[in-house]
Amino acid sequence: MSTIDSRLSATQLAAFRDHLTEEPIEYDGLTANYDADEAIYHIETPDGKTSVAADELSTVAAEQAAYLTNWHFYTQQVGGEIVRAFCRWLELADERPVPNRYAALEDGIDREWGQLAITTTISDNGSRRYEIRHADDSDAAADALTTHTDPLDARDIGTLDADGRYRPLRTAPSLTAGWLFADLTANEVYEAVEAFYPATIVNWHREQRGELDVDHWRDEQDRQSGIYNLITVLPDEAVDWAAAACCDDSQCVKRREWELSEEESLTAAGGDGVFPCREPCSMVVAAGREWAKLEREDTQRYEFELTPSEKEQIETIIDAVADGTVDEIREADVSEPANRYRVRYLREKRFDEAGNLAGTPTHPEAHDEHADSGDTDH
Amino acid sequence: MQSLVIVAHGSHLNPDSATPTHTHADTIRATSAFDEVRTGFWKEQPSLREVLRTARGDDIYVVPLFISEGYFTERVIPRELRLEGWDPDLWDSDGISADTATLPAGDIDNDVHYCGPVGTHRAMTDVLIRRAVSVTGDENVGDGFGFAVVGHGTERNENSAKAIEYHTDRIRETGRFDEVKALFMDEEPAVDDVADHFDSEDIIVVPLFIADGFHTQEDIPEDMGLTDDYRNGYDVPATVDGHRIWYGGAVGTEELTADVILERAADAGADIGDAIARVRQQTNPTREAAGD
Repeated sequence: MSTIDSRLSATQLAAFRDHLTEEPIEYDGLTANYDADEAIYHIETPDGKTSVAADELSTVAAEQAAYLTNWHFYTQQVGGEIVRAFCRWLELADERPVPNRYAALEDGIDREWGQLAITTTISDNGSRRYEIRHADDSDAAADALTTHTDPLDARDIGTLDADGRYRPLRTAPSLTAGWLFADLTANEVYEAVEAFYPATIVNWHREQRGELDVDHWRDEQDRQSGIYNLITVLPDEAVDWAAAACCDDSQCVKRREWELSEEESLTAAGGDGVFPCREPCSMVVAAGREWAKLEREDTQRYEFELTPSEKEQIETIIDAVADGTVDEIREADVSEPANRYRVRYLREKRFDEAGNLAGTPTHPEAHDEHADSGDTDH
Repeated sequence: MQSLVIVAHGSHLNPDSATPTHTHADTIRATSAFDEVRTGFWKEQPSLREVLRTARGDDIYVVPLFISEGYFTERVIPRELRLEGWDPDLWDSDGISADTATLPAGDIDNDVHYCGPVGTHRAMTDVLIRRAVSVTGDENVGDGFGFAVVGHGTERNENSAKAIEYHTDRIRETGRFDEVKALFMDEEPAVDDVADHFDSEDIIVVPLFIADGFHTQEDIPEDMGLTDDYRNGYDVPATVDGHRIWYGGAVGTEELTADVILERAADAGADIGDAIARVRQQTNPTREAAGD
């Protein structure tokens, strides 16, 4: 049976009548009111107008019934404005009128939220059900995934990555795959997403309403105390490097909306994430503190003897670490500059006993003083 | 609608840091005493800056899962939550007697009830004693046992030591244990010499810390001589200088800590029914043994 042919349940009809006794309905293409003098319900949808008595309500045309079940779901079953807005986004509610949407929901409407793939489906009475899985598992058979029912399980799934390493940034694109929330209610899908990506829905909702409160880097600097006061001395250009290093789409699925200040933009890309990042996070602030310490050093001119291939090898090693591709390099692929054997060879060849690259001390003066002591100085 | 917001430190490095916060939040959720329980962190997500906007209640109770009154509870948390008009004097505390202040939160169009930390609430004494029960597996533990409450010390915050002394005194006043003493990591009397401070052969040692981490899992076991290398683990009890040391780890991981969070919210006016009694019952480690 197609959901578009569904009829209103007794509960839905009662809720509809009760509501109209109090006030008219104007929701998502449905306009309805109750004429108490005539004991008649007037129902208008984009497809037509109907005026019926109470005992005829259950016989309204299928498309009008769809508008009624849609009203019932969103106003009587979904808790709160933010959950409602999120669920409407999940089913592309602003793009399709109710009958078309119901037809699409029969097959399921898919949206992605960070690394989450969320599918909305509908049952005969207009109730939506939600499925969440990792976007990488979009084509996986459900029985190949571990099924969860408690939305708060998302908190544990998101704690460690696929290699068992701690994910201090829950919006890092390192969410492990292989799990499935097969059948969630509207309120449960909200709680699961909140557990995977805390506060992202509420910030997205504020942004949708034009009310996102962005705190820029200078606001963050001004607010710090204790050990994080140090970020006040981080040079402006370093903030750009920090944003490019930490906030790129390859590192975080949020879309950075904070800049240096309201008037001073950063040149680093903010990313294409669905949901916004409204202020530098604690990871960026903690990293900024380290960089503030490091940026206090002056540059120094060093001389190294390296072959062209060795120079390029060092650059490739830095790329491999920065891009997280070290684990992809095959064990015996010594032609790959960041291969472990290749790097060990470079170390054997170019480091002296104290670990100095090409025998060049990091602090030449200190090196002279301690030349006989054998101290490492790097 | 009534919301509970538990705020805690969290960590960028240690996934266990937030575990007690989540565990206690789950325990309280199961009581249905609040319409929702939210958690927020200094170092994790949602951040303290954004946790209040995730709460939907009309009555919002914020309880810091911290041990002592000081830098975090008096400065960082109120600033990050944007509590308008906050002043530590509103708690009118001597360092261990913070209760509640009700203030508008700039992040949301609502007042919040900002409670004192769990660590200085009188009910935390019961959690320390409960940990003595759970670490020994004896619900009547006391006779013949010494009890050491371990704190960080005064390195950064003198109230930290006050909280340790407060609970030490309260445990002593129960008369349940033969000896009760406060020991510290970075000042005298030092936890390193735990055996020197007790005549009792059996000594229960419980750090007044929220979460297990570097201090409670590495420093203290090694400093007390329970093990040469924390990675090798240690026995409970472990014998040191002729004493049996029953080391309990961070008290904040004891399930009964959820009760202290509830007590803080109830003191601030939250309507939580019989949730406190139920949590006390449910988290009792000897419940099954007692045939309950």
